[in-house]
Amino acid sequence: MVNAKINGIPVQVAHGTTILDAAAKMNINIPKLCYNDDLPAWAACGICVVKVEKSPKMLRACCTPIEEGMSIITHDPEIVQVRKTVIELILSNHPDDCLQCPRSGSCELQTLAADFGIREQPFTKRLKGLPVDTSTKTLVLNPEKCIKCGRCVKVCQDMQNVWAIEFLGRGEKTRIAPAADVALADGPCIKCGQCSAHCPVGAIYEMDQTQEVWNALMKSGSEDLTCVVQIAPAVRIALGEEFGLPPGTLITRKIYTALRRLGFDVVFDTNFAADLTILEEGTEFIKRFVEGKGELPLITSCCPAWVDYMQKYYPDMIPNFSTAKSPQQMMGAMIKTYWADQAKVDKKKIFSVSIMPCTAKKHESGRNKDMYSSGERDVDVVLTTRELARMIKQAGIDLVNLPEEDADSPMGPYTGAGTIFGATGGVMEAALRSAYFLVTKEDLKDVNFTGVRGISGIKEARVNIKGTDVRVAVAHQMGNIAEVLDRVRAAKAEGKEVPWHFIEVMACRGGCIGGGGQPYGATDEVRQLRINGIYSDDVKSTFRCSHHNPFITKVYQEFLGEPNGHKAHELLHTHYEKQPIYSK
Amino acid sequence: MAYKQFILVCGGTGCESSKADDIFKELHAQAEAQGVAKDVQIVKTGCFGFCEKGPIVKVLPAESFYVEVKPADAKEIIAEQIIKGREVTRLLYQDDSNAKRIKTEEIGFYQKQYRIVLRNCGIINPENIDEYIAREGYIGLEKALFEYKQDGVIAELKKSGLRGRGGAGFPTWRKWEFSRGPVSDQKYVVCNADEGDPGAYMDRSTIEGDPHSVLEAMTVCGYTIGASKGFVYIRAEYPLAIERLKIAIKQAREYGLLGDNILGSGFSFDIEIRLGAGAFVCGEETALLQSIEGNRGMPIPRPPFPAIKGLWGKPTVINNVETWANIPVILTRGGDWFAKIGTETSKGTKVFALTGKIKNSGLVEVPMGTTLREIIYDIGGGIKSGKKFLGAQTGGPSGGIITAEYLDTPIDYESLTSLGSMMGSGGLIVMDEDDCVVDVSKFYMEFCVDESCGKCSPCRIGTAQMHDIVEKITKGLGKLEDLDKLEKIGHALKRAALCGLGQTAPNPTLSTIKRFREVYLEHINGTCRSGKCKDLVTYSIDKNKCIGCSLCARKCPVNCISGSKTEKYTIDASKCIKCGECFAVCKFSAVLKK
Repeated sequence: MVNAKINGIPVQVAHGTTILDAAAKMNINIPKLCYNDDLPAWAACGICVVKVEKSPKMLRACCTPIEEGMSIITHDPEIVQVRKTVIELILSNHPDDCLQCPRSGSCELQTLAADFGIREQPFTKRLKGLPVDTSTKTLVLNPEKCIKCGRCVKVCQDMQNVWAIEFLGRGEKTRIAPAADVALADGPCIKCGQCSAHCPVGAIYEMDQTQEVWNALMKSGSEDLTCVVQIAPAVRIALGEEFGLPPGTLITRKIYTALRRLGFDVVFDTNFAADLTILEEGTEFIKRFVEGKGELPLITSCCPAWVDYMQKYYPDMIPNFSTAKSPQQMMGAMIKTYWADQAKVDKKKIFSVSIMPCTAKKHESGRNKDMYSSGERDVDVVLTTRELARMIKQAGIDLVNLPEEDADSPMGPYTGAGTIFGATGGVMEAALRSAYFLVTKEDLKDVNFTGVRGISGIKEARVNIKGTDVRVAVAHQMGNIAEVLDRVRAAKAEGKEVPWHFIEVMACRGGCIGGGGQPYGATDEVRQLRINGIYSDDVKSTFRCSHHNPFITKVYQEFLGEPNGHKAHELLHTHYEKQPIYSK
Repeated sequence: MAYKQFILVCGGTGCESSKADDIFKELHAQAEAQGVAKDVQIVKTGCFGFCEKGPIVKVLPAESFYVEVKPADAKEIIAEQIIKGREVTRLLYQDDSNAKRIKTEEIGFYQKQYRIVLRNCGIINPENIDEYIAREGYIGLEKALFEYKQDGVIAELKKSGLRGRGGAGFPTWRKWEFSRGPVSDQKYVVCNADEGDPGAYMDRSTIEGDPHSVLEAMTVCGYTIGASKGFVYIRAEYPLAIERLKIAIKQAREYGLLGDNILGSGFSFDIEIRLGAGAFVCGEETALLQSIEGNRGMPIPRPPFPAIKGLWGKPTVINNVETWANIPVILTRGGDWFAKIGTETSKGTKVFALTGKIKNSGLVEVPMGTTLREIIYDIGGGIKSGKKFLGAQTGGPSGGIITAEYLDTPIDYESLTSLGSMMGSGGLIVMDEDDCVVDVSKFYMEFCVDESCGKCSPCRIGTAQMHDIVEKITKGLGKLEDLDKLEKIGHALKRAALCGLGQTAPNPTLSTIKRFREVYLEHINGTCRSGKCKDLVTYSIDKNKCIGCSLCARKCPVNCISGSKTEKYTIDASKCIKCGECFAVCKFSAVLKK
């Protein structure tokens, strides 16, 4: 522990604590802009400066560890003046189009400008006129708004190990740009959207498709178009944040109501499709593990950013990939085939929308021809949690006080295994719950596999299924994946037994609950609350194993036949191809 | 075979570009042709420092100091001096004051200098390790390894009072001690040879003239802190220095002074060269280390300091060339000897690159505590044009302007800082009344805009905004409130920029506003007294003085002067580009500049 004084008040903190964190403990929130809890301090903005006795210059609170005997002043008229000038300088390089900006209201620069009472801009506007990049059709890169905080670059390179975004140019000509200055879609970008989730301003954001959905909803009344919607596991515990609820608040049935009130004709739940995925993927695992048909380890494939990453960086792992589609795409295929038949609706007249915590899901819905397995585009439009929040606000729906309704049958009801897909380790846990049954034909007494839960980057566990150890690994946050896969690669190269039989991978920290399309401001604290929300849904579910979902049994009986059977393969499975990291 | 005479030819970059190499070759050819090749050794040395008068050729033992030598002079030097023993007086340096031809020791330029760092420059052949060894080279390393040991080295450095010559003046022994402390599987020693101040070339000349002094010191450091690997980070624009460094490293390895088991001590150390692409910010130590690692040359916050967590996260001592070059001498002669030179707080000497409106531009090394007046007038010979001294810029774009009233301040780290400037790496640019401080301030701000790495917002945007405002003022478009804005941004930059480059970037502007506020006000009111700021100058012709010679009209590049012998000449102000050519050529002072 080290002792110091902040504004004259003694404070004792652990060795290595920064001034920023120590001050926060004393209820002083030092203004900051480039700093983000997920990332090492980049020290670019110059707003969190404080005075430290005996230091001739002001030091950055974000990256200065407290040392024994330090005496720190966090605010005085001079410090406030310096911070204000720096904000004015930043504003001189920033467009004044707050009213049209996607981040208006959630912009960290806007908030600072308001807090510092900026009423005029004393310095000449110096804008560059940089072009907007919409090439991914998923994320929009507007370098003109960028304040060079470096968060997206650090996220993309260090957290995600993707290296799709880089600083180019020097000095005032510095700009964020896709690496190698190609279009974003032509480079390594995996569309995970973590850059957009971390951007403090409107320089990177999701491609907004709410208008397309409004247009479809309009036709649902007049032109005999049926609008069907599904919501992903991680949406239900995060959407509330946009409406003032604490992170992790479970509002599934209010969301169903809101979707109906927005005008959707049918409300399904992606969790149902997650149960379906478990049956398919679980069966696939058993085939490989018990029957020796196919490569081990089996690696999960429901995360589209991970699929993109694997195709670019680990194409040699394609045989290890589960061919099961993601729940979103399984649901999309089922809506326009099974449900269309059942409801006697022409699949061409169905507009299928999914609400996802994810930006990469937008890309996934058109990834290859397998995403058109119904003969139509299986999922027409993907909205992120943030976009849905905007639609609900546009409609003036008081989400928090809505009555609760149920999803539609048959693809609404889900099990606890389906819902935990939204958290890191959840897919693995859900798969193990059913794999145990598939192998032993017995149900587990305790369905909780706590070893694969939690926020640590790589988790390993052994599960004994009737005397045989199944070795599993769970990795989340793309930057953690290499360590796992490199060990698999090395073992294969040396002809040794692979270290794991089954690996779950999620691109975003915490899994989908921390997805790139989720409400802003995710920290590990927020992520943990969201995870808690997800598991609370699991615990209170009537059924906690996918194979117990009576409606899953029903669709196999009525329509699909056997898991991994012919029809299932046609509709619920896909294939992967090696992709160049740079396509141009 | 003993030579009777020696001819030293300056092989510094300045003299080389004035055909020193041709002189060198011609001297060899002439010695051969005239049959005295066995009697005279002709050596290409490092920089003599007296760049104003280059190329320099010196003949020993006669101590004849020839200046502005041409290849064609070689024949006469061999024939007259080497064969007949008669000095070629027409080539000798001529003293301004009495027009006498004088020898080296009498030259004013050298009289007040004290050469420690440049001790071998202009004396030895930098491409021959034997010549370095002959002048006490590698004795410091030997003493370090076998006599001082690690503790002793630190003790000598502490006694010497040596402080880093890169700018901030941090005590060198303490930096080494910091790196020596932690246990680490690897540590590094880095030489910062990324000299970037406009007009500064001390480090380049030191490496060009005496590369082993840096290698020896780095090896001592490696031994002291427990590092086995060193890097010299040098800008690619210094090809001659790089070449000589490569030769020196190769020779040191051959002599067992670098590599495994140095001098049989069991200690191993090797040095690699890393080339920089010339970004000024890479002279900032954290940016330099980032660049060595292959990252963008952008500074990272300190602490932790490189001495604790540097290259690849390992303890790293980084010193600049001049600091390194001092160390072998300190170890050879002792820290106490070194501490006798200089002032209370700043020991030893400082090398300055003296440029601008100065008669004797060149490299000078003086004891700390020498006054600016001594450097400019005694060594530098005063202002070139004989005009009035306006100020001297030390510390380059990070420094400030020092005005006439402070000419007698003894120069050391503290005194320069208190004058609003800084030691910096040692660029010293002299300005006279023809220079405009607002224009100078614009120049340095432009430099900082170009060289800002773009990482931190105060520097990236602040320098550009300050440049815009100063430029506006030089165009006569400034307003009184612009001075407040400059001070406001300047203050924010000093306090909130991430690295030294940004924190000091406003210095030239702020120091000139402080010392020459009236000049800024004049510009705001539309005049530039020096005439440097073209937008504020108009040229006209005084009809009473004009004799109609037409010289100005013939010289005018845009043909905006017309007239005839009888009618006199006039300038069409709408076409005039204010080049000043007419003003310069008129022999009758008829062209007016206002």
